[in-house]
Amino acid sequence: MIKIKNIRKSYTTGTNTLEVLKGVNMQVEQGELVSIMGSSGSGKSTLLNVMGLLDTYDSGAYHLNDVKMEGLSEKEAAFYRNRFLGFVFQSFNLLPFKSALENVALPLYYQKVNRKERLKKAEQYLERVGLLNWKDHFPNEMSGGQKQRVAIARALITEPKVVLADEPTGALDSVTSEEIMGLFKEVHEEGMTMIVVTHENEIAARTQRVIRLTDGLVQTQVPIL
Amino acid sequence: MFKAIDFDKWQEIIESLKRHKLRTFLTAVSVWWGIFMLIILLGAGSGLENSAKRDFEDDSMNTFFVYGGTTSKPHKGLKPGRRIYFTYEDWEMLEYDTEGLDYTSGRFYMWGDNLIKYKDKALSFDLRTVHPEHAAIEKTIIKEGRFINNEDINSFRKICVLGDLVIKELMPYESNPIGQYVNIKGVEFMVVGVFTDTGWEGERKRIYLPITTAQKVFSGGDRVHELLATSSSIDMEETLLMKQRLRESLAEKHNFDAEDMQAIYLWNNFEDFQDFQTFFGMLKGFLWFVGIGSILAGVIGVSNIMLIIVKDRTREIGIRKALGATPRSIISMIVTESVFLTGISGYIGVLSGFGIIELLAYMMNKFEVELEFFYQPQVSPTVILSALFILVVAGVVAGYFPAKKAATISAVEAMNN
Repeated sequence: MIKIKNIRKSYTTGTNTLEVLKGVNMQVEQGELVSIMGSSGSGKSTLLNVMGLLDTYDSGAYHLNDVKMEGLSEKEAAFYRNRFLGFVFQSFNLLPFKSALENVALPLYYQKVNRKERLKKAEQYLERVGLLNWKDHFPNEMSGGQKQRVAIARALITEPKVVLADEPTGALDSVTSEEIMGLFKEVHEEGMTMIVVTHENEIAARTQRVIRLTDGLVQTQVPIL
Repeated sequence: MFKAIDFDKWQEIIESLKRHKLRTFLTAVSVWWGIFMLIILLGAGSGLENSAKRDFEDDSMNTFFVYGGTTSKPHKGLKPGRRIYFTYEDWEMLEYDTEGLDYTSGRFYMWGDNLIKYKDKALSFDLRTVHPEHAAIEKTIIKEGRFINNEDINSFRKICVLGDLVIKELMPYESNPIGQYVNIKGVEFMVVGVFTDTGWEGERKRIYLPITTAQKVFSGGDRVHELLATSSSIDMEETLLMKQRLRESLAEKHNFDAEDMQAIYLWNNFEDFQDFQTFFGMLKGFLWFVGIGSILAGVIGVSNIMLIIVKDRTREIGIRKALGATPRSIISMIVTESVFLTGISGYIGVLSGFGIIELLAYMMNKFEVELEFFYQPQVSPTVILSALFILVVAGVVAGYFPAKKAATISAVEAMNN
């Protein structure tokens, strides 16, 4: 599903050039639940952003669903993000002025699905994460765990090829983290390909395979099972 | 697919405006104020101008007024301090021997208490004794009957022409005033006409008599107190030349120095009209300056707020991008919102501005308020629509550039904002 070959990426701040990814090679098969681990500054978030087409890379090759992601225009990148990818962020990134239901429905707006249909589908996905009763609440009325569930429903509503999660439990307590990982596992068991970036061993331990990143290079790819 | 009305997009926009009440309000107010002030300023300006124009248009545009004065310079052995009196001959000189004049008239002043009696009523009105052509000079409009004619002048007929407000006060129940007799200072005059006038109210509370009749009946000899003459010229130089010739021929006839400005008072309203035009040119320029200033302030206000809005929404833009929004859809969202907001508030500005102007005009009309300096305020819709257009364009431009910038920075960067 995801093929990364010799990806390099560097940031230039003033006169300093910082190489964050120094030739990363990795692969994720369809239906896998993979975690990417590493200390802060190891380049794991950058790698996720590259995979999520949220950021560009300097050299190498990236295939998503057998399509080479190279020289994409903003419009094409937007299309692939919308159709192939679902995101779950550490800080939830819900729109504060929209209700839970509207937040979940938003990706379908960019697929030009009509409002009635969007909201109907969003209800199904909210029910799926157990928050149908909260559909008219705004993010500031919800707990962290609830917000992340809404974000997960939003990531799933477009039926993406891959769900990318960047420290999805980073802002949550351990009990809630456990619940969220349970939900991830359920989604995965339904056949979703998922990649979770984390620095917590307990989280990584709940995935099938751990990719360890150190100083911009893949160190080990350990299958857990 | 192209849709005439993208209902979803509008839903998003309305939603966004509703959720951000303060900034919506601030933007709206700055646009509204700009348009509103422009209309009020231009309306006030036109009210002033129209009232002044009314005063000019009431009489012929190029009229000479001549009054006798007292000489201040010695001339041909005559000492200064001599009074200059006009007689009927002076009017004849104007009428028959002076080139370039259209209409002429003399006025013989009726001093003292002008008591007018009709049946049981006795009221005081302004009396004017004139020649037939006075009607053209003063732009007197005959409503019924006729004005004074040459036959009245030649035969010293005891007839009079009354203003419509005189009729209203003196003979309110008289169905046909023509042919009735009114008593003017003890002498019966027959009413031959009723007139009205576009000028101020006082103009319609007058009574016109033939000048020759008045001279005879009220023992005025051949005295004429004031001479009036119009010219159809609309050229300043020509007018000044004519004025000089008039002064010279009167100087020759009455033996005074043509350079003696106090011997006679010769005044021409065309010069005033020129001054007036210059003054209103300047006033208009000033009002435009202030108006454009207020529009500019509106433009700057809108630009500023759009800048803040976009900055405020950078994170939102990042999130939307992550969910699949194209840069185009983001720019379109922000620009449409801006156009919508500036358009609506500008429109309200137009409505409220025009509303106030119209209300003022309506109230003045209804309560018959006659202000000497304010009359029929009006604002050109073209001007206002252009101003509105400028503000909306400013909203587009002010929204477009920051939106474009925000839409092109990477989604990650925007989300971390």
